[in-house]
Amino acid sequence: MITLSDLHKSFGSKKVLRGVDLTVERGTSMVIIGGSGTGKSVTIKAILGLVTPDAGSITVDGNDTKTGDRDAFLARFGMLFQGAALFDSLPVWQNVAFRLLRGALKQPKDAARATAIDKLRRVGLGADVADLYPAELSGGMQKRVGLARAIAADPEIIFFDEPTTGLDPIMAGVINDLIREIVVEMGATAITITHDMTSVRAIGDKVAMLHDGVIQWTGPVAEMETCGDPYVTQFINGQAEGPIAAVR
Amino acid sequence: MTQFLAAIGRQVLGLLRATGRITLFTGQTLGHTVRPPFYLKEFLHALLNIGYFSLPVVGLTAIFTGGALALQIYAGGARFNAEAVVPQIVAIGIVRELGPVLVGLMIAARVTSSIAAEIATMKVTEQIDALVTLSPHPMKYLAVPRVVAATLVVPLLVAIGDIIGILGGYAVATGTLDFNPATYIRNTVDFLELRDITSSLVKGAVFGFLAALMGCYFGMNSSRGAQGVGRATKSSVEATAVLILAANFALTGIFFSV
Repeated sequence: MITLSDLHKSFGSKKVLRGVDLTVERGTSMVIIGGSGTGKSVTIKAILGLVTPDAGSITVDGNDTKTGDRDAFLARFGMLFQGAALFDSLPVWQNVAFRLLRGALKQPKDAARATAIDKLRRVGLGADVADLYPAELSGGMQKRVGLARAIAADPEIIFFDEPTTGLDPIMAGVINDLIREIVVEMGATAITITHDMTSVRAIGDKVAMLHDGVIQWTGPVAEMETCGDPYVTQFINGQAEGPIAAVR
Repeated sequence: MTQFLAAIGRQVLGLLRATGRITLFTGQTLGHTVRPPFYLKEFLHALLNIGYFSLPVVGLTAIFTGGALALQIYAGGARFNAEAVVPQIVAIGIVRELGPVLVGLMIAARVTSSIAAEIATMKVTEQIDALVTLSPHPMKYLAVPRVVAATLVVPLLVAIGDIIGILGGYAVATGTLDFNPATYIRNTVDFLELRDITSSLVKGAVFGFLAALMGCYFGMNSSRGAQGVGRATKSSVEATAVLILAANFALTGIFFSV
C-alpha cells in the first residue's frame, strides 16, 4: 500500500503540492487526473525520490521511503515515462533489460536478452526490434519498449506517466489495453497519470482528482460520473465553466 | 550607481554560488569514484571515445603547431643569429606548454561539449530520471566513467601530441630550413628533462579531469528545453577553457618556478 500524507512541494514561489493525501491499496490501479501543471508528475516523482518533498510523508507498505535500502526499494518499481525516456545509446533489448544487466538483479547476458525479447513480445513487438536503436522506432513502438522496460523485472508497483500522450487514438487504445492486461496479469499496484479520459476508464480501478495542490476527490472510476464533485464534473466533461479556471 | 553596484554584486554572488556547486559536484564525483559499484563497460566506452577518437584532431593540431613553431623560432632567432636553437625551443615549447594546453583545449571542444550536450539531452528527455528508477546512480553511471577515463587518457593524448608536435617541427626544420636530421633529434632529446615530460603529463591529467568534470556538471545542471542544452554546452566549453588556462598557469608555477 502506498500512502501519501500531507505532501507539500514548491518550486521557487510556485506551490505545486499543498497537502496531498492519497492512499493506493495493494493491487489497485489508481489514476490521477488533473490539469497540466497541477503536480501529477511531481507526486509520482516524489514517491520514487526523483523529487524531494518540502513536507509530508510517503510510505510504501508502512515503510518510509526516505529510509532503508534505496536499491531494494527501487527494485520494486517500474515506470513508463511520458516520452518513454529510452536510452539513445543502447539498442532496444539493452534498454528493456537495463536492470537485468547490472546491479542486484544482474543476469547473464543471454538470459537478460531472452527476458527482454519475451517482454517485447508481451507488448506486441517482435524479436526483430531487439537490435534496433530507439531513434529507429515510431512513437508508439517507443512507448511499447518503455512499457516492456517498466515490466522487465516484474515489479510490484508500476507508474505510468501520460501513457497515451502523443499517440493516435488507435495506438492509445492499444497501449491502454496493454497496461490494463499487464497490471491485472502481474497483480501489480499501478498509478497512472493522465488527462485522457479514455485511459482513465480503460486503466483505472480508482481515480483521484488533483487540483490546486490537493486531492479534490477520490473514488472508484464507476462513480466518477455521478460523484457530484464540481472539479471532477468539470474536468471529465471538458467544460470551460466551473471551479477550475481555464486560462485562455 | 547603486544599480551598477548591485549588478556587479549579483554577478559576484552568482560566481560564488557556481564555485560552491562545482566544488560540491567535484567532491561527489570523487566520492563515487572510490565506492562500488563500478561500471567497467561505460568506462571502456568513455576511454575509447575520449582517447582513440580524439587522436585525429590531436595529431593534426600538434603537427601544424610544431611546424609553425619551428618557422617562428627560426625567423625570430635569425634576428640575433640564434637559428640553431630551433630543436630545443620547439621541444620545450611543445612539451611544457603548447602540447598540453592545445590538447586540453581540443578536448574541451570535442569531449566537454559532447558530454555536456549528451547528458543535458538525457536530462531534458527524462533519461536521467529513468536511470534513477532503474537503480544506477547517475553520478556513478554517467560522471565517474567519463571523468576517470579522461583523467587517465588525456595524458596519453598529450604525450602523443608532444611527439607529433616535435615531429612537425622536425619535418619543417629538416625539410625547408636545412637542419641536419640526426643533429635535430639529438638536440631535442638532449635538451628535454624529466621534469618537462612529467609536467606535460600531469597537466594532461588535470586538464582531462577538468574537461570531463565540467561536461558532466553543466550537463546534469542544465535547464529544460533545447535552449537549456545549448546553454549547457556553451558554458561547459567556456568554463573548461578558462579553467585549463588557469590551471596551466598554476601548474607551470608549481613545476618551473625556481
